[in-house]
Amino acid sequence: MRVPILKQGNYLIASIQSALSDFELLQLRDDLASQVGRFRSRGVIVDVTVLDVMDSFAVRTLRAISQIARMRGAETVIVGIQPEVAFAMVQLGLTLGQVETALDLEEGLALLEVRSKQTDNNDSEK
Amino acid sequence: MNGKKKDSRRRLPNEEALGDAEDVRIGQGPTVQLLSELVAHLRENRTQLREEWARRITESELLMAMTKEEIFKEATAVYDNYVAVLETGSVESLQAYARDLSERIIPRGVETREVLGIVLLLRDVLGRSLFKKYQGDIALLNRVLDAYEPAANRIANTVGVSFVQERERIIRQQQEAIRELSTPVLQVRERLLILPIIGVIDPQRARQLTEQLLRGIRANRAKVVVIDITGVPSVDSTVANHLVQTVDASRLMGATVIVTGLSSEIAQTLVTIGVDLAKMKTVGDLQGGIEEAERLLGYKVTMVTAKEQASLK
Repeated sequence: MRVPILKQGNYLIASIQSALSDFELLQLRDDLASQVGRFRSRGVIVDVTVLDVMDSFAVRTLRAISQIARMRGAETVIVGIQPEVAFAMVQLGLTLGQVETALDLEEGLALLEVRSKQTDNNDSEK
Repeated sequence: MNGKKKDSRRRLPNEEALGDAEDVRIGQGPTVQLLSELVAHLRENRTQLREEWARRITESELLMAMTKEEIFKEATAVYDNYVAVLETGSVESLQAYARDLSERIIPRGVETREVLGIVLLLRDVLGRSLFKKYQGDIALLNRVLDAYEPAANRIANTVGVSFVQERERIIRQQQEAIRELSTPVLQVRERLLILPIIGVIDPQRARQLTEQLLRGIRANRAKVVVIDITGVPSVDSTVANHLVQTVDASRLMGATVIVTGLSSEIAQTLVTIGVDLAKMKTVGDLQGGIEEAERLLGYKVTMVTAKEQASLK
């Protein structure tokens, strides 16, 4: 199943509905990459609330999504990582690097709001 | 823990000859006869030898935590048990007595050194009395000592081991008690949690801590967590890594972690170990940590002036 990507104002929200295969993850990456450009989005939120496992491939793909989106002008926030998943990730040494994280969708949107205000301020200062 | 256990099982050189099984009787044939002669001698001189022993204990300033009467009472009991072991060759009742004695005297601060000291003193007192009795006949004295020494060693060993085992049991009990004192995750402001850690962190506790904290973050929708480690006596690389893992895991859930209360020793250890502190936000004390957290959350705490206070009333 393709992960639905919703457009919400300046942001894209990818809401994962079930455990994803490697292929579906790559599909999500490609879909997001093209839609960020098409909708001129400022932010991307990937909601992983339903995932109860996160393997190295998933983590790598999420990092890739973040990097691709940044190159196309959008910040990425991963939201909804479960406590068990977070603990397993650090134990396995899987890190998201520079990718932002937030507790849930609401927090993620708030974080993007703050980030875009910061960039706006920086722009006006110039 | 394991290392200690091994120590307590280590036997004295003479002891090895006796074998491992508890029910091995001391000596055979002629030795039995010698031992029974020995026992008779010790029974005969019970009062005098016991007094001599109690005097030596007081002289050596052992068992200072106990009164003279108590020492004499325990000395009598140990003496009788000692003779009983020599007679029957079975250390079971002595073992039970030593355990019971340890249970009574450990809470009063009696140390291993003292317990071993008094048993060795008794060994010495009895040895001297044997010398005195048999000094006319060196060959007989030799045989008497052959019978007495292994038995005496075994007794000293039994008492010492019982004492150490009792101590270990108490230590285990206390460790469990400490482990059961769970670490609370407290909300001090909307979206701000504090986690005061007190006591030694072992891997098991660190894991429990992290799990509790992550659940707390989700349940309270926390954005900032202050971990206070003022009460942690020391930090090694394992604990430091656990701390880093906790910080990372909290970040994955969207919460910022501030670590406070790093003592100068711990800070030095962390630097020496080479923990990557870049990922960790650290503030000197809990107050500073909470202030920093409030700043991150956008709270501003101001003092109410006297005038305003009056108007509130």
